[in-house]
Amino acid sequence: MAEPALIQVLSDEELREIEEECSHLPDRKSAAIDAMMIVQRHRGWVSDESLAAIARLLGMSLESLDSIATFYNLIYRKPVGRHVVMVCDSVSCYVMGADGLRKKVEEHLGIELGETTPDDRFTLLPIVCLGACDRAPTMMIGDELIGDVRSDQLAEIFGRFE
Amino acid sequence: MAGQSVSRSQPSRRKRVLASMARVNIDGKDYELEAGQNLLHACLSERLDLPYFCWHPAMGSVGSCRLCAIVEYADEGDQRGRLQMACTLAARPNMRISIQAPFAADFRKQVIEWLMENHPHDCPVCEEGGECHLQDMTVMTGHSMRRYAGAKRTWRNQYLGPFVGHEMNRCITCYRCVRFYRDYAGGEDLEAYGSRARMFFGRQDDGVLESEFAGNLVEVCPTGVFTDKPFSKVYTRKWDLQSAPSVCPHCAVGCNTFPAERYGVLKRVTNRYHGEVNGYFLCDRGRFGSHFVNHEKRVRHAGVRGADGVFEANGAEAALANVAARCAGALVGIGSPRASLEANFALKQLVGEENYCPGVADDEHETLRAALEIYRKGGFRVPSVTDVERADAVLILGEDITATAARVALAVRQAVRGVAFDMAREAGIPEWQDAGVRGHGQAAQSPLFVATATPTRIDELATATRRGAANDLAGAGFGIAHAIEPSFASGTQDDFTAAAAKALAAAERPLVITGCEARSPALLRAAANVVWALRKQNKKAALVIAASEANSYGVALLGGGLNLAAALLRMREGEPALVLENDLFRRVPAGDIDLAHAVVLDSLETPTAEGAAVVLPAATYAEQTGTFVNYETRAQRFYQVFEPAGEVAPSWRWLAEIGKRRERAADWPNIDALTAACANGTEGLRRLTTLAPEAGFRARANTRIPRQPQRYSGRTAMLANVSVHEPKAPVDAETPLAYSMEGENAGDQPGAVVPYVWSPGWNSNQSVFKFQQEVGGPLAGGDPGVRLLDDESGSPASYGEPPATEQRNGTFLAARVHDVFGSDELAGYSAPILERAPAPYCILNPDDARELGVADGGGVRIEELDASVQVRVDADVPAGLVAVAQGLPGGPLLTSHRVRLAADADFTPRSGGDPNVIAKG
Ligand code: SF4
Ligand code: SF4
Ligand code: FES
Ligand code: FES
Repeated sequence: MAEPALIQVLSDEELREIEEECSHLPDRKSAAIDAMMIVQRHRGWVSDESLAAIARLLGMSLESLDSIATFYNLIYRKPVGRHVVMVCDSVSCYVMGADGLRKKVEEHLGIELGETTPDDRFTLLPIVCLGACDRAPTMMIGDELIGDVRSDQLAEIFGRFE
Repeated sequence: MAGQSVSRSQPSRRKRVLASMARVNIDGKDYELEAGQNLLHACLSERLDLPYFCWHPAMGSVGSCRLCAIVEYADEGDQRGRLQMACTLAARPNMRISIQAPFAADFRKQVIEWLMENHPHDCPVCEEGGECHLQDMTVMTGHSMRRYAGAKRTWRNQYLGPFVGHEMNRCITCYRCVRFYRDYAGGEDLEAYGSRARMFFGRQDDGVLESEFAGNLVEVCPTGVFTDKPFSKVYTRKWDLQSAPSVCPHCAVGCNTFPAERYGVLKRVTNRYHGEVNGYFLCDRGRFGSHFVNHEKRVRHAGVRGADGVFEANGAEAALANVAARCAGALVGIGSPRASLEANFALKQLVGEENYCPGVADDEHETLRAALEIYRKGGFRVPSVTDVERADAVLILGEDITATAARVALAVRQAVRGVAFDMAREAGIPEWQDAGVRGHGQAAQSPLFVATATPTRIDELATATRRGAANDLAGAGFGIAHAIEPSFASGTQDDFTAAAAKALAAAERPLVITGCEARSPALLRAAANVVWALRKQNKKAALVIAASEANSYGVALLGGGLNLAAALLRMREGEPALVLENDLFRRVPAGDIDLAHAVVLDSLETPTAEGAAVVLPAATYAEQTGTFVNYETRAQRFYQVFEPAGEVAPSWRWLAEIGKRRERAADWPNIDALTAACANGTEGLRRLTTLAPEAGFRARANTRIPRQPQRYSGRTAMLANVSVHEPKAPVDAETPLAYSMEGENAGDQPGAVVPYVWSPGWNSNQSVFKFQQEVGGPLAGGDPGVRLLDDESGSPASYGEPPATEQRNGTFLAARVHDVFGSDELAGYSAPILERAPAPYCILNPDDARELGVADGGGVRIEELDASVQVRVDADVPAGLVAVAQGLPGGPLLTSHRVRLAADADFTPRSGGDPNVIAKG
């Protein structure tokens, strides 16, 4: 904990939860993913400042932490909207028209993959197989998995998320 | 010299498990392969062309690129076979495989095609072009038409410092860079980011790559992502570069290099494989230090100081006449550990043994003499760098080897992994299965004990560290020896010494590393005692004694009857002196130096050259042929890469010319004759005669060894700006190398005379396997060099006594710090190195700093030296000790073991390197 100022980026609550994780693990670096998820739960995403603070806290290089962060597409290194919309682009959904669905979603939200609506309501991302191939095409909004998506349902589906 | 008697090394000692052979049928033909070796490695050892990307001979296999696909058949009846990755499959007896089967060949072609989807079409503007492994593999697999017409992913490149350029779009995601930088060299600031088709390799943000081995990325990356930045600025294609086998002039490890030239400019330095010394890797000081050859302060003309104090350049003859008149009588000769063995020998012959001084400060000379005395007492074979990698417990005593012998530090990093290899072997994981070995071994590390004055970069791997001044560390060394073998003189006992003694005594091949930087013979004796105590316990213990300059051991072996203090006194008394490639201001206080009657031979306008009566322009190592002796006492020949322009000539030629004009005329028609005279005229140097093949080796036309590759272009036009007539190519009558692209460089010649690696289909440095006996083994014609002292017999007893711990008496104990970038004199004239050189500094304990009233970044005055330096505060430096960086441009020279310090309130921190500042004493 060489540079207290950096660690002060994190709230007491975040620090407490991260330390709690560390206490279950053989070494602090093993808490990397959990620590980032904790911060993301509190702030919605992991900023460069948060990343640097976590790296210091866990005694690892910024590079190795960011390497982990960027490997997982559920760790957000840029701000996201209130709801993250993830459209599956793996093979079953592809066969069942995922491309067309994605285009419809883009039209509906007025944004492309990787973008956030101006009102910060939705961020649109692609995702690999959601494990619900029998209900392809699929997408996920926040924690909710939606199968057999038809484009004429989009208005109703998105309407449920404020 | 006898070209045929070049010694062939024994088969690779790199192997941890002795090989048995396996008969493997490859494409219908039987081969005897090393059983258990991965098939890619084994096929390449048979010189078969099997494409690959992610496997690396020094780093093993991870099986990630899928390029090395082959077909494995179950038995003779199996016509279809299974696709396998050769780099992940061990050779077993009676295997049947095919490299050529269409199944495998088509697959490899597809791998290239998909890797190429995102690769830009920029070969013509890419520095890798013409020596690119990706180009070679693309051609080899036959992928010649692009079908992909979509958009390519693009990246923003990063600033990575003065050494390495970055062009991420060219990446093919082989992971070699992070495997080298992070896993092999221990760097923490280069990583892989992202996943799938969107992988980025670099730092988290722009910034200087921290590792002192970063430059190897240039050679490790199979495409043009990481490039040699200084080279990019003066870029030339590999096929237009002229090169020769050479030896790094920047420390005493003696890494083998290929310096390359065009238009009289030294363009770059790359690794020259040596099976026992540097292997596949150099340090950045070696790779980027050689731009001193192009420095604007090169001495290009002979100059005689006129009555007005200004140098006049009236030609070599006039200068030599002046020197002859000046030097007719008794004469002091000051040699140099950065000049060739031959130049030092010539000087010694010229002035006479009793008037020759090796040119190092007396405390350093005494330390080097102690090193030789220890080596001569014998009892162990001085470990090569590859031997260091195989040690199973290491003690570092008193030397920051990352700074003074960086390549050895990289080898220690591998030694520390030994226990992980042992664990893997027990679990049945082959040594080459890199991901498996690392995954299984996790954080397991072999014992490493580091006892130094200041923190070092390999402390992070240490089992334990201990800090102290040289005498204190020597005491600890004696303590360790005594704990291992009670009949040995006793010394300090503490937790560190007890743990180190226990770990070393429990090992099979324990290694001790010390060095001359602390200028402490007692430290060396302590280290030797540890080794001899271990030998008494029947351990295969050995000792490395690092030294800071390329030929420190060469001048130590030459001896000489005069010490520097006496030589300088005679100069102050008005006696003329010949000063060979030596900046005395770096070695002794300015007040001791009187250059009024000095003739200085040097390649650079050093402060010493600037003060001389006569200056003669000396060739750099790249412009002449000569010999350096490394820390193993391995004498290695470096060859002229290009002829120097104008009056510049090798120092030994100037000395021969002076000799002709004096009584003591010596007749050395060429370098071979001089080396032979040195071998025959110096005790212990006889083996020098087998150093390298003689000039007459392959004298027949068109069989000589070409310095230029076969596609060397523009011979008739490249100097048209100077003259429209095609210049006659220089003739080299001194060595087996020719200034030509005609000749044979097939790799069957002695390893000492391989001028570059290049083989049909293999344009990149990966072609080196075509020049080896087997992958990672000795060069086909034997690894270069001869070891001058090589005596394993004898079993010396306890040697010396621990020195008394020095008392502070109100002063600070002063330790020397060597900085990997900046402390080496020649590299200090190299622009990219200077960018990394810190401003002069010292390191202090926080309590001492507080007491002195100085903060981190502030200044202290060192009273004795009449100089102020920047303070670095570090709790890992013992109280009462001040570590002063030595050799940095503009930095003070430490001349005593104790100093008085005071805060300097007016101190203004200087920025680091400035290419126009030349080191002053
Ligand atoms: S940057 Fe080079 S070495 Fe690293 S993964 Fe890409 S191609 Fe391989
Ligand atoms: S400075 Fe030393 S370690 Fe570095 S490349 Fe040169 S000889 Fe090798
Ligand atoms: S492919 Fe979309 S859920 Fe499996
Ligand atoms: S070299 Fe075998 S998979 Fe890359």
